[in-house]
Amino acid sequence: MSAVLIALMVLPFAAAVASAAAPMRVAKVLTVAGGLSTFGLSISLLESKGDAAALAGWLRVDPLSLVFLLAVAFLYVTTAIFAVGYAQPRSSERETRHYSRRFFAGLNLFAWAMVMAPVVNGFTLLWVAIEVTTVVSALLVATDDTDGAVEAAWKYVLIASMGLGVALLATLVMYYAGTASLGGSYELFYPRLLAAAGHFNPEVVRLAFGLAVVGFGTKMGLVPVHTWLPDAHSEAPTPVSALLSGALLTVSFYGILRFYQVTTRAVGPAYPRSVLLVFGIASLALAALYLARQRDLKRLLAYSSIEHMGILAIGMSFSAPIAVVGVLLQVLAHAAAKSTAFFGAGSVIAKFGTKELERVRGGIGALPWSGPMFLLSVLALSAMPPFGIFRSEFLIVEGGLGSSATALVAVLLLLVTIAFLGLSWYASQTMLTPLPSGVVRGEVSTTMALSMGLGLAALVLLGIHPPAQLSELLTRAAGELRGAR
Amino acid sequence: MESLLAAVTAPSAVTDAAETVAILVLLSEFAMLRSALSRSQVNLYAFQSLAVAALAFIVAAERHVNDLFVLGSLSLLLKVVIVPAILSRVLREAPDDVAGSHRLGVASMVMSAIVLSGFGIFVIGTMPIHSKLLPVLALAIAAAVILVAFLLVIVRSDVVSQAIGFFSLENGVSLAGYVLAAGLPLIAEVAFLFDLLVAVVVFGVLMRVHHGRSASLSTRALEKLRG
Repeated sequence: MSAVLIALMVLPFAAAVASAAAPMRVAKVLTVAGGLSTFGLSISLLESKGDAAALAGWLRVDPLSLVFLLAVAFLYVTTAIFAVGYAQPRSSERETRHYSRRFFAGLNLFAWAMVMAPVVNGFTLLWVAIEVTTVVSALLVATDDTDGAVEAAWKYVLIASMGLGVALLATLVMYYAGTASLGGSYELFYPRLLAAAGHFNPEVVRLAFGLAVVGFGTKMGLVPVHTWLPDAHSEAPTPVSALLSGALLTVSFYGILRFYQVTTRAVGPAYPRSVLLVFGIASLALAALYLARQRDLKRLLAYSSIEHMGILAIGMSFSAPIAVVGVLLQVLAHAAAKSTAFFGAGSVIAKFGTKELERVRGGIGALPWSGPMFLLSVLALSAMPPFGIFRSEFLIVEGGLGSSATALVAVLLLLVTIAFLGLSWYASQTMLTPLPSGVVRGEVSTTMALSMGLGLAALVLLGIHPPAQLSELLTRAAGELRGAR
Repeated sequence: MESLLAAVTAPSAVTDAAETVAILVLLSEFAMLRSALSRSQVNLYAFQSLAVAALAFIVAAERHVNDLFVLGSLSLLLKVVIVPAILSRVLREAPDDVAGSHRLGVASMVMSAIVLSGFGIFVIGTMPIHSKLLPVLALAIAAAVILVAFLLVIVRSDVVSQAIGFFSLENGVSLAGYVLAAGLPLIAEVAFLFDLLVAVVVFGVLMRVHHGRSASLSTRALEKLRG
């Protein structure tokens, strides 16, 4: 399996380099090939039950990291397919070449960095991988070169980099926590830290965890350090929005979970759960309120992402094991649902030429395939059956009730209901209204619709009957996370 | 490794140096916050980076950690030469220097910085993390530097000052790193520096794009996206 990990490290990067030199048509093929091979390799890791290592332990996959790798790899392939229809030639040959080089090389590089984050072993390289995602995606956000895109890119790179500065401090503090038992110079590999965590100074570990939640939480979109997120998601090209929302946020959550693992072993689970609960409630509450009043289609979806990140954080605060399984399932389901919704939004924007919710009407009539699928993706985001988020949130709620956190579950359900009302109101207003005259009925692109179909199929699979290997993986990953004393 | 541990247990020279450098770094952070001209901020940043790099050399010499000589040299090159050069180039291309882009009055700004610094020093100083291995005062001052860097980004409304705010935050983190994790393997430290270099390039690109679109380095044109 070590060859698989090395291939995961090489192939998306090779696709990025080759895309930078290739014409647009070839770059599209390379990107899809990069996505398919990454997804295939990730699936093959299920055979090893999620345990593999390479390069003297610098690359390592365990059940927890494989869950996140699968989410990223699935999004890589669906986004690549969507991008085939999305990226169109510009007014001149030279502009097309410039745009293609920047867009496809950047997209592959972004995916590569997100693949590397769960594949690398240790806090140091994890931080580096997540920082690389920031710098690459900031340039991608600015691709359209509009005033809004430049503003969003600047806010994003500034706020996320400062957040990651705090995350770097968290990494250094965690390193210091280990020096007493691991020596003055050691590698921050996860297994080594987890084995020794019981001997760490609890106060130092608490400090490291708090800093990590603020630092990585900035990239995850936790309130109050979320302010870059709606701007970047709304102004980025749609494939980038999908990757930002569906994969990048959860990769940052993965960073927090790695700190959570060490912290629970060092100081017990109560402290990290409390910290995550505070950020989770704040995120869910603010997102629910913003979802109730929105003007911009992509900002609506961006706040839905903040809502989901809040639910993930709240889910981790419950003590029942089933809640953690729900959280990990939500990572996968969120990736599929949010990317599908963004792909739908991309088709709607291309068809109507606007992101303003008030100006989009009759979406289902205008887009015979993408319209209904967009509506279904919004229902999936709202945790309606039979989609994966229904199952994951059901598990989280069940876990909350099993943890005797009834009042908290009531608050969670209330806020999720507010978010559902906001999402479904705007979705019905834009999709289920009569088609205005002058709008031609028809799909923008077959591949754009195809990528949505893949996302919905995955959501149904996760909702109705997740494959046995995947269920086992989730259970093992949840067990790893809960391996507290 | 043994020499490292031996030196760590007898850290008086390192502690003194760390605390002196930490105070210099914090004072330069205050000066950056106060400075009206972006060009002065760039010079102050170069000075601050020089102080942090000097700490790397002192720790390397005192604790016999040869890796830190390499790291200090790279840090010197990147933060004292390359980053200021990139920022100076952006400023040269701007038709007029951004002066007085403060959102707060000087008195309010400095008072806020003092309160934040006090908070940072107090919080870290009172945490039960004292150990003979750790110069806690230097770490507490590093926390203060980071908090003031956040304030700098918030109260200045031009892209150069905001970028300098981020870079100086990174100096605060580096300072904490030399205090907390002098033995961190070189590969990790170099990876951090390489990442900073990439971030600097991206900041530079975005600053130039912004200037190209709005003919200004002010962030007033970057306040349209809301809600």
